[in-house]
Amino acid sequence: MKQQFNPKRNYEETRNSVGYIERKQATQADYDHIGFMSGLEVHQQLDTKQKLFCRCPAGVFQKPDEYNAELIRHMRPTLSELGEYDGTALMEFKTRKEIVYRISNKTACTYDVDDTPPFPLNREALNIAIGISILSKFKIVGEVHITRKQYLDGSIPTGFQRTCIIGVEGEIQLKNKKARLIQLSLEEDSCREVSDIGHVRIYRTDRLGMPLIETVTYPDFANPDEVKEGADYIRFLNRSTGMVRQGIGSTRADVNVSCRGGTRVEIKGVAHTSWMPELTHVEAFRQWALLRIKELILQSVKEPSAWAVSSKEVSLKEIKLDLPAIHKDNRFTRIYIVNLPFFRGILSHFTQPGKMFADEITDRLKVIACIEKPNMIHSEMLEDMARDKIWIKVKSLLGSREEDAQLIFWGPEADIKTALEVIQERCLMAMNGVPNETRKAFEDGTTIFERVLPGADRMYPDTDSAPIPLDDEVIESYRKNLPPDICDRYTQLRAWGIPEDTFTFILKYNLVPLIERCSAELSIPPKFCATLIGHTLKHLNNKNNALPLFRNDMIFGLLQFIRKRGLDPAIAGKMLRVLYEHPKMDFESILVTLDFKEVTKEEILGKLPFLVKKFKETRLSNDDRAGHRWIMGNLHKLALGNISLRELDEHIKL
Amino acid sequence: MSEDIFQGYKGHALEVMKKFNARVWAKVKVDTSRGVFEGSILPRAENTDDKHLVMKFFTGYNIGIDVDTITNITELGYKKAVYKIPEKEFPYSKGKPSVKLLGTGGTIASRLDYRTGAVIPAFSPGELYGAVPELADICNLTTEKIFAVFSENMGPEQYRKLAIAIGEEIEKGVQGIIIGHGTDTMHYTSAALTFMVQNSPIPIVLVGSQRSSDRPSSDAALNLMHAATAAGHGDIAEVMVCMFGPTSDEYGFLHRGTRVRKMHSSYRSTFRTIGDTPIATVSRKGVVPIKEEYNHRRTDRNVKITPVFEEKVAMIYYYTNMQPDMIDSLIDNGYKGIIIIGTGLGHVNKPLYPAIVRAREKGVAVYMTVQTLWGYVGMFVYDTGRDLMAKGVIPLENMLPEVAYIKLGWALGQTSDLEEVKKIMLTPINSDITPREPYNGYLIYQGGVPEVEDFIKKFHK
Repeated sequence: MKQQFNPKRNYEETRNSVGYIERKQATQADYDHIGFMSGLEVHQQLDTKQKLFCRCPAGVFQKPDEYNAELIRHMRPTLSELGEYDGTALMEFKTRKEIVYRISNKTACTYDVDDTPPFPLNREALNIAIGISILSKFKIVGEVHITRKQYLDGSIPTGFQRTCIIGVEGEIQLKNKKARLIQLSLEEDSCREVSDIGHVRIYRTDRLGMPLIETVTYPDFANPDEVKEGADYIRFLNRSTGMVRQGIGSTRADVNVSCRGGTRVEIKGVAHTSWMPELTHVEAFRQWALLRIKELILQSVKEPSAWAVSSKEVSLKEIKLDLPAIHKDNRFTRIYIVNLPFFRGILSHFTQPGKMFADEITDRLKVIACIEKPNMIHSEMLEDMARDKIWIKVKSLLGSREEDAQLIFWGPEADIKTALEVIQERCLMAMNGVPNETRKAFEDGTTIFERVLPGADRMYPDTDSAPIPLDDEVIESYRKNLPPDICDRYTQLRAWGIPEDTFTFILKYNLVPLIERCSAELSIPPKFCATLIGHTLKHLNNKNNALPLFRNDMIFGLLQFIRKRGLDPAIAGKMLRVLYEHPKMDFESILVTLDFKEVTKEEILGKLPFLVKKFKETRLSNDDRAGHRWIMGNLHKLALGNISLRELDEHIKL
Repeated sequence: MSEDIFQGYKGHALEVMKKFNARVWAKVKVDTSRGVFEGSILPRAENTDDKHLVMKFFTGYNIGIDVDTITNITELGYKKAVYKIPEKEFPYSKGKPSVKLLGTGGTIASRLDYRTGAVIPAFSPGELYGAVPELADICNLTTEKIFAVFSENMGPEQYRKLAIAIGEEIEKGVQGIIIGHGTDTMHYTSAALTFMVQNSPIPIVLVGSQRSSDRPSSDAALNLMHAATAAGHGDIAEVMVCMFGPTSDEYGFLHRGTRVRKMHSSYRSTFRTIGDTPIATVSRKGVVPIKEEYNHRRTDRNVKITPVFEEKVAMIYYYTNMQPDMIDSLIDNGYKGIIIIGTGLGHVNKPLYPAIVRAREKGVAVYMTVQTLWGYVGMFVYDTGRDLMAKGVIPLENMLPEVAYIKLGWALGQTSDLEEVKKIMLTPINSDITPREPYNGYLIYQGGVPEVEDFIKKFHK
């Protein structure tokens, strides 16, 4: 008897045969087995007053629907300097997108929308980039050449990003290894997307043109945790200069991942380094799964070049399909059924947790053919087996064989041709393994197709700007004013005896200089200050989602007040909690809020004999520590700020 | 001829290259005091210094290396780049109009020039089809490169050659002509062709681009499609400039060759009709006339070509305190015609009067236009104007200064009889002078006013 094909079982089985394991269970041996490889492109906005190639203010933002004018562009592929067309360029051209830019007078000018040639490169930005290049041990170029890097997705109205290399071949020191860096470039940021529906993509132009540096590493990270470590290191290094922007979206990284036999896939715009381990883990295994899919298909398809889908237009009545997505606007919607020869078991093949090969097709239909999701159903869906009848009908209409798979897709008439090409193309790619692409990240670690991965073919010299020479003296002058290396910072923090769990927070917000200042000017021990910051402030930050009025340097003022007033620093934590919520409150008032009473040391110590006596009278335990706790509990509030709690404790003689 | 292996390098940089046996397009490892750099050596642009070597890093970026820091160069390989727009034969389809594209240079199609580091024009039907395949859906296109000069180098010789070439094409029976042209002086050429080519049975469309076609956001492709539509399918058989209407990729304007002017140094929508509305809009769907009256397309070949031009014509832009020697020097240098661009309604200061009288006595034709661009010369309004007319300055109504310059050259090319010249100058040709200015002819809105801001927000700029 012939066994019924069960997509659910197939999905589970393929997941197992790929050897997918949860990240928590994975060891270095597992990553070595699949040949995990990853590198980073870390973007960091620089804290300059103006944009990179025009005099618009940097860091002023507009809401999605706040604009003074709109304009439209269509992007066309052009040749690179070496005379080649770029793959992404051709894909974007296929999508026939109408790009709408929303311009606000406050944040963009005619340069931003490519109606005025560039003004000279922002020197402030160049200086910061040179400083960070030196810190990252890059070799600084002799002359900066501004290059155009094509982006046909419309995220930049010119169709290219002006970018230039400041240094090449650097390195960073991680815990267990050195990671090599390829280059550091200074470039303009792109637009922020408002929406992308059908053939219209809308952008706002506020972030456009803001100076950004990109640090690119070699693929030296051998497991997901190293990726995060590398990203954090670069982030902390950039921030240690105090000249870069912080806050949401100011640091973003593209993460390149591959497995052995796979290919470089770029996960775009990851804003949280904490996402990186899961994302890279899942992507490496997705590629590993695609390689197995390739093997499976090639067992039956001997000649990939001759493989082709067959398709047919149908009416809803014909296949008795009842889908809300189609009904919504069926005046222009066409429905096609497609046969994929030898693809049974492939569509429901595992690719990522909760995703299967069919998802790779539906994602491309959305991005390239511009058909909104849901845009298809297929014969191996997990959820509804009730449509069996439909598939029997579809198979007979297409003359399918047992070993084939089928799908039904729908979309506007104008997009059908591209859609059919997309389906054919993605299936053929499966016979080649892993397609070069950029993917969009989700918090759960999965990704979806975003664009075809561009190559070096999209570079072109910027004929609108002249090269900028960088003399040795200039570079030497920057070298003098640089902060210490991040790896030295780690050593410094350890030497201060600061708890390790505070390191990330302190480096992320570049707070070592603050700790050093409190130590030098106020004689506050670094350990105390670092704990105040790394525990109390971090806790407040996490709880309150960063209040705009509180600035981290207010901590210096607080500690300065405590010193001047002759208070015991232990009260700083309580005061900080009030200050954080009421940044405008003066310090004396904060003390009032806390019910603080100034009492002399002697007076507090004078209360001890009575309390000791009292404890002894009522003592229930023989443990002296209980006595200490009880007495300290009674005096804590009074003592805080007036006497060191440790000193008080030492005076308790039971 | 042996190939230049040091393309663009000179002086000190050239010495260093020779010393280490380095050549352009070689893949090299360069040892320097700043570290080791690997990449391919690129040609150097001509007007740059002799202190740097340009390399393409493997990531595709270009970097410069200070030659003073170089201690050694090792060649690892060699690969020369060939920059070429893919050439495909332009397909012929029956039933589509035949359109001729005459090339003059400019940025309609261009490629990178390593000599100057700038872009230079590239042009052939095959290349154009490779870059803008949509053209084949519009017309059957053939091309001819008449000459290749930048816009600023266009002059009487080119006007005459173009006029003659247009006459020949019309004689052969093409259904429309496109002229690819740099934008800077396009309105001079459009005026010249209006005068030199009259009674054309077919559209003659000048087109260019404000962003070279080597960039994805270029307006070249859409402008070309619009021009091909206007030339092949449009009913307006006049000399026109076809460029972006708004700066958005939406539609183009067709401007009369005598009323158009470049009004912004870099905007895509830089060309505007002055003192009137454009003659039509054009999109890929077709031409939609705005003006009701225009010369309609015909099937005959009765065109009148008058390819003459007197080169001794000048244009002077009046400024306060201008001295009479400015005009005297023109007279002394044998100029036969002068267009004054006067202030306000057409005025100059008194010190110039004797020079103007002298010009008149020497048989130099002197005409007046206005710096305001919009509006008519009105020399009866003030004494100054009446004085000037009495001294022989002839007002040119609302003719644009550049058009007046071209027309005077063309008129003096036909006759030296100043009365005859005056007749030619004051007889309107294709709206170079219009009898009236419509209420919507002068529209320069100012930002900041709520209704204008509303308009800008609502309609694509």
